[in-house]
Amino acid sequence: MIRVQGEDFDAGAEIARFTSGRTDIGAVASFLGLVRDERSPGSPGLVAMTLEHYPGMTERQLSDIEAEARRRWPIEDCLIIHRHGRLRPGERIVLVLTASSHRAAALESCAFLIDWLKTRAPFWKREETEAGERWVEAKSLDDTAAERWNDGVAERWNDG
Amino acid sequence: MKVLYFAWLRTRTGVGEETVSPPADVRTVADLIEWLKRRGPGHAEAFADLAVVRVAVNQDYAAFSERVSPDDEVAFFPPVTGG
Repeated sequence: MIRVQGEDFDAGAEIARFTSGRTDIGAVASFLGLVRDERSPGSPGLVAMTLEHYPGMTERQLSDIEAEARRRWPIEDCLIIHRHGRLRPGERIVLVLTASSHRAAALESCAFLIDWLKTRAPFWKREETEAGERWVEAKSLDDTAAERWNDGVAERWNDG
Repeated sequence: MKVLYFAWLRTRTGVGEETVSPPADVRTVADLIEWLKRRGPGHAEAFADLAVVRVAVNQDYAAFSERVSPDDEVAFFPPVTGG
């Protein structure tokens, strides 16, 4: 399930709702992303981060990413919540939950989802610091993190 | 054809969305970019470095060589930074 929203979410309540009434889930893995103030000594502090997105394409890309995770791992359920709008340091941006019978599929698929989301979901961050505003540039490290899932993880699971 | 701009492509062109009617010889995304660049200095600046421009046709990632037609929604934006 995909939710793109401006309002905050309660990660604990989402996990409780995610597994409510289910007895076949042995493991839930979660990733919670927060607005981080990366300031180094002497540099301007982060005032806020504004997330812009492409309505329509965002939901479509996230649904495709979810479908890919379901194809690769035996997961029972999946939830992605991503916020947009103006957020302050410490605020929640993104929540990824995956549920499976066993922990390995839940943990791996959760890591896959956030890695792919970061390189495919059409969101852009604009930072407001004490010194002014700037668009955040994409990191090649994120591409490397996403590319590590191209090595046949699905085949390993499907063979098992 | 509907053309959308996001992040700094929006701030440089000065528009988030515009409806355009390119001539028939605009067949691909690359042709469209060359044609859009002539709409003004903001557009020319936005498309000055295509290494940092990504494109989606009808909400799916596309290559610059992809064909475009009058009913398409074409979006231009920098590499994504969500999550």
